[in-house]
Amino acid sequence: MRGRRAVILGLGGAAGAVAFMLGLGAWRTRNRPAANAVLPLPVSNMGWQLTDHRGQTVRPTDWLGRPVMAFFGFTWCPDVCPTTLSAISGWLEELGAEADRLTVALISVDPERDTPDVLADYVGNFDPRIVGLTGPEAQVARAAEDFRVTYRKVPRDDGDYTMDHTAGVFLFYADGRFASIIDFHEDRRFALPRIRRTLN
Amino acid sequence: MKHLILTTALVLSAPAAFACETVTVGDLTIQHAWSKASIGVDRPAVFYVEITNSGSSDDALVGISTPAAGMPMLHETVVTDGIASMPHAMSVPVPAGQTVQLAPGGYHGMLMGLTAALKEGDRFPVTLTFEKAGAVTANVDVLPLRSEGPDCADAGQ
Repeated sequence: MRGRRAVILGLGGAAGAVAFMLGLGAWRTRNRPAANAVLPLPVSNMGWQLTDHRGQTVRPTDWLGRPVMAFFGFTWCPDVCPTTLSAISGWLEELGAEADRLTVALISVDPERDTPDVLADYVGNFDPRIVGLTGPEAQVARAAEDFRVTYRKVPRDDGDYTMDHTAGVFLFYADGRFASIIDFHEDRRFALPRIRRTLN
Repeated sequence: MKHLILTTALVLSAPAAFACETVTVGDLTIQHAWSKASIGVDRPAVFYVEITNSGSSDDALVGISTPAAGMPMLHETVVTDGIASMPHAMSVPVPAGQTVQLAPGGYHGMLMGLTAALKEGDRFPVTLTFEKAGAVTANVDVLPLRSEGPDCADAGQ
């Protein structure tokens, strides 16, 4: 009788362990970019040169030594970009002074309209630690290539245009290694621990 | 038409918490209509709202109009393989018994050709036209650009 109970308990325990491993596997897979996704280059291998919203030249080497949170967008974007910037501002506020060591950058995919002054007007509405970057089309294209980011100009019926672009938020460690991507529709609660991991 | 909309807006401007008014048309309840402050008039602004269909037949939001913008349209943010695009939506389904949100990152009204910059604290009317229920005007409250939505006691998000 006792033996039988031990077997049942043992089986139950084994099933529990398997379920735990499967769950852990699923969790880890969810937090990892898809296997076929091409990962961004380490910051140290990037080769762009852009201008920030204060008019200062920024190169990838300027980013080394600090963890980085970067994403691509444009200021004429009514939904995705302000939503992302609001989320980032919220994360930075929650992290408080901890986030002061983080470089946070919005790289414009619309340099035609997003001059440094235009970017300054825009990022001024969000957390002051967010830096706007723009530059000549060729340099923006180079940055997109280094990040493995896609963007595309889409003409609108009224002669205006909008931009399709990769919407994720990229995280890099202080030594420039790529850490992870926070997807646009990802649950916000998972983002903070991942940003913290990049910081530490 | 514009006059009628403005009159309707005045009638509807009963005191209420910011972006927390409720208007109804047929079986539809419209609430939490809000927008974000704009920088100037050149960039498109947004319109977000929550629609509850308590009836037994499906309806759909087929258009929006407002004196605040020359070309208001319905759009949907779609993320495919990590790339966000914003196709025009011909209509937004409002199925029977369900609540549909025009909210950041999903369906939204895009207000192009703003007649004036939208400032935090402004209020403007938007007329929503539904396939079956017809038209109804809601007051839209302008929240800060970095706002993530109205803070209403009944906002069950």
